[in-house]
Amino acid sequence: MTDLTHLQRLEAESIHIMREVVAEAEKPVMLYSVGKDSAVMLHIARKAFYPSPPPFPLMHVDTTWKFQAMYELRDRAAKEAGMDLIVHQNPEAKEQGINPFDHGSVHTDMWKTEGLKQALDKFGFDAAFGGARRDEEKSRAKERVFSFRSANHRWDPKNQRPELWKLYNARKSKGESIRVFPLSNWTELDIWQYIHLENIEIVPLYLSQPRPTVERDGLLLMVDDDRFPLEEGEVPEMKSIRFRTLGCYPLTGAVESEAQTLPEIIQEMLLTTTSERQGRAIDHDQAASMEKKKQEGYF
Amino acid sequence: MSDADVIYKTDVLIAEDIDAYLDQHHNKSMLRFITCGSVDDGKSTLIGRLLYDSKMIFEDQLASLEADSKSMGTQGQEIDFALLVDGLAAEREQGITIDVAYRFFATEKRKFIVADTPGHEQYTRNMVTGASTADLAVILIDARQGVLTQTRRHSYLVHLLGIRNVILAVNKMDLVDYSQDRFDEIVADYTDFAKSIGMEEIMPIPISGLKGDNIVTLSDTMPWYSSSEYTGTTLINALEEAPINTARMEEAKFRMPVQWVNRPNLDFRGFSGQVASGRIHPGDAVRVLPSGKTSTVKEVVTFDGNLDEAVAGQSVTLTLNDEIDCSRGDVITLADEPVEVADQFEATIVWMTEDEMLPGRPYIMKVGTNRVSATITEPKYEVNVNTTEQLPARTLGLNTIGVCNIATDRPIPFDAYGDNPDLGGFILIDRMTNQTVGAGLIHFALRRAHNIHWQAVDVDRDAHAAQKNQQPALLWFTGLSGSGKSTIANLVEQKLHALGKHTFLLDGDNVRHGLNKDLGFTDVDRVENIRRIGEVAKLMTDAGLIVLTAFISPFIAERRMVREMMPEGEFIEIHVDTPLEVAEQRDVKGLYKKARSGELKNFTGIDSPYEAPENAEITVDTVALSAEEAADVIVARLLGS
Repeated sequence: MTDLTHLQRLEAESIHIMREVVAEAEKPVMLYSVGKDSAVMLHIARKAFYPSPPPFPLMHVDTTWKFQAMYELRDRAAKEAGMDLIVHQNPEAKEQGINPFDHGSVHTDMWKTEGLKQALDKFGFDAAFGGARRDEEKSRAKERVFSFRSANHRWDPKNQRPELWKLYNARKSKGESIRVFPLSNWTELDIWQYIHLENIEIVPLYLSQPRPTVERDGLLLMVDDDRFPLEEGEVPEMKSIRFRTLGCYPLTGAVESEAQTLPEIIQEMLLTTTSERQGRAIDHDQAASMEKKKQEGYF
Repeated sequence: MSDADVIYKTDVLIAEDIDAYLDQHHNKSMLRFITCGSVDDGKSTLIGRLLYDSKMIFEDQLASLEADSKSMGTQGQEIDFALLVDGLAAEREQGITIDVAYRFFATEKRKFIVADTPGHEQYTRNMVTGASTADLAVILIDARQGVLTQTRRHSYLVHLLGIRNVILAVNKMDLVDYSQDRFDEIVADYTDFAKSIGMEEIMPIPISGLKGDNIVTLSDTMPWYSSSEYTGTTLINALEEAPINTARMEEAKFRMPVQWVNRPNLDFRGFSGQVASGRIHPGDAVRVLPSGKTSTVKEVVTFDGNLDEAVAGQSVTLTLNDEIDCSRGDVITLADEPVEVADQFEATIVWMTEDEMLPGRPYIMKVGTNRVSATITEPKYEVNVNTTEQLPARTLGLNTIGVCNIATDRPIPFDAYGDNPDLGGFILIDRMTNQTVGAGLIHFALRRAHNIHWQAVDVDRDAHAAQKNQQPALLWFTGLSGSGKSTIANLVEQKLHALGKHTFLLDGDNVRHGLNKDLGFTDVDRVENIRRIGEVAKLMTDAGLIVLTAFISPFIAERRMVREMMPEGEFIEIHVDTPLEVAEQRDVKGLYKKARSGELKNFTGIDSPYEAPENAEITVDTVALSAEEAADVIVARLLGS
């Protein structure tokens, strides 16, 4: 017997899911956030359709507030995969100068939630791959691999289709679209192990380096560019930090760390005591905040 | 370092030699299992315990868990593990689990995916969903309660879905003083039942999810469990040692449903799919079903290079040495071990939606990578999931299970579910709502000679009517101009509509201006007018509607013509009986006046005859009755009959 390893089985399952979408959806797209999960998802997409390039574009719903290093990797990764890259920035948010420093949760709503809806509507994509995992958060644990959104992009957790065996029902009613999560059954540890094994390029911010930081509201923030408004008396301090999750730099907390290689990251992760989403401001509001956000259309 | 640490994580190794640790952990196997039991059996607590002991719960999660436990928990000041796994807000508030949730944890040897499903009868579909992908089932029993109805239901479903590895976890042993006798009694009870449904092997383990007994390490509280009478294995140990389905499927015949034809350029044509069972090598002679065409495998292509062998579970792309027709939905097999191809089957069906199954209605059936149209017969029987008794049934409702025959609109390649779940398990999708309404397991193909009589292979008029929950009918109002046909027909329609009936009224206004605007008032045109109205009304009754028409329709022959178009009993002639003098006196539209003066030719009752019905189903006398009263009479007669 060959006994496939858990990573081989997870990879095969993700490939199966991606091929089902391409076979059944009219106009799929892969949402690409440049994070580690996106990196794994893109890598698997290349495997799923080889020797063809993945038969869909990548789309980055940009907030203009991502780390500079993310933008650099994004453009290179799309090119290497031979895929078109669509970058969408919500024009209203742009016009109003929405930013995470002055606008709090409006920033996420407008750039990400609204931006995503706009982009999907604009291009008429009926299925969008996302890199979310069920181990991330409690309400994700119950979300289907093929997750339907109403014409208003809302998620109805009480009305989800049963998913049996490997059979996914991709039939949509008019106006509906599908979010597909091929990495549903992966854990954070699986992702890191896979990146390590497959030698997948990730944003260097995941690895530790001395970087300029300030501490705010319990989050350790990196001063990524000169748009970062320093408060009076605030002086960026060089600290050896890395990120466990990457979002908009003013909203993403770093951890102090000496882990400079992937094995060291995995080592740190295995010995650590806090979950990765703790570094994101978005989840802290209330117990079921992610479930709420998703019902409103957040990816 | 506690015992749990030894099992789950060699912290020392992680700290001292991460590379060695990673080498070990890249090569774990993966087991998917389902936990069956109700909240009362301590299922969520057990899963919470597994996550907690395997350190899948981080400090921040633990902190929010502690806070939640105090406000919503059922364990007083102690941590309520159940809150950790009951994910949706509604579930946390109500303290119940209403959906399938997937949890993950890992030990040194394995990664585990747990399908956490609710145990109540109204969640049978959720349990079936969770069980469909499981290699193993953990059936929980509350030691105080013993084998209950729900235990039998869970076991039946687990067995139905073909799960061969079953762990019987007798939980809450702490609440029965860790009694060996109690454990023995429950196991004996359960074994009897398991045998009766054909379950072959079970592994009983006495545990306490709350206290952690026999989960990771053997507990001192039950020294008797280590004696030779018992396996003396812990729950984790049993999970680590259990065989995995994909490994078993490797030894089965080769099958690969084609998902996608890979054609990057004119020189490459590959067939992408996930190997469902068996193994394949370059050079193997293969057959494509349903066409039956054969070829040999040229290459097993992957991004990481061509393979010498692909096995069950792997996603690959096969190229063949011959240009043969092969597309999505086809199944590639070894040339001398083809799958069966058929278009009629016997199958077990689990119904998963509020709207009952409609025998005869076409559903979309997805099996493997095939999507076909399928109709289902009335169930041969329904299974009482609590007693496994077979009951007569005419349809299947939410969460019921029955055995039915199915016909597909074209032959499909398949295996019996018991041999190969990937090619014998299917889902049914409603064409209108696009919801997944049922799941099924193919038993075997029906031989042509044994074809059952198909009630209908389409959505027929009975199906339309059944859906509207009414008897279609054509209420044909006939009578002189000004007799009150339209007024009464309108009232009748309003009353029927208020009673929830699906109706449609055809009258001069909506027919003359459209469908029949090319017709005049000659006798020929009058006949054609009625014929067209009759045909339209018939189509509408075929669609299940109660149709009302209000036309003078003066000739007996034309009314008979329409009567004969309709099924027996559905043409209801209503004579709106008004003497000519009365109608002429009313002369609402001033037509009689015009007719008398000769302005209007061929006017019924004046210079064209009205042939009153001889045997109308209903006659209403508009001199004696008001329009309201007449309408009430008609509605009462219609619904009373």
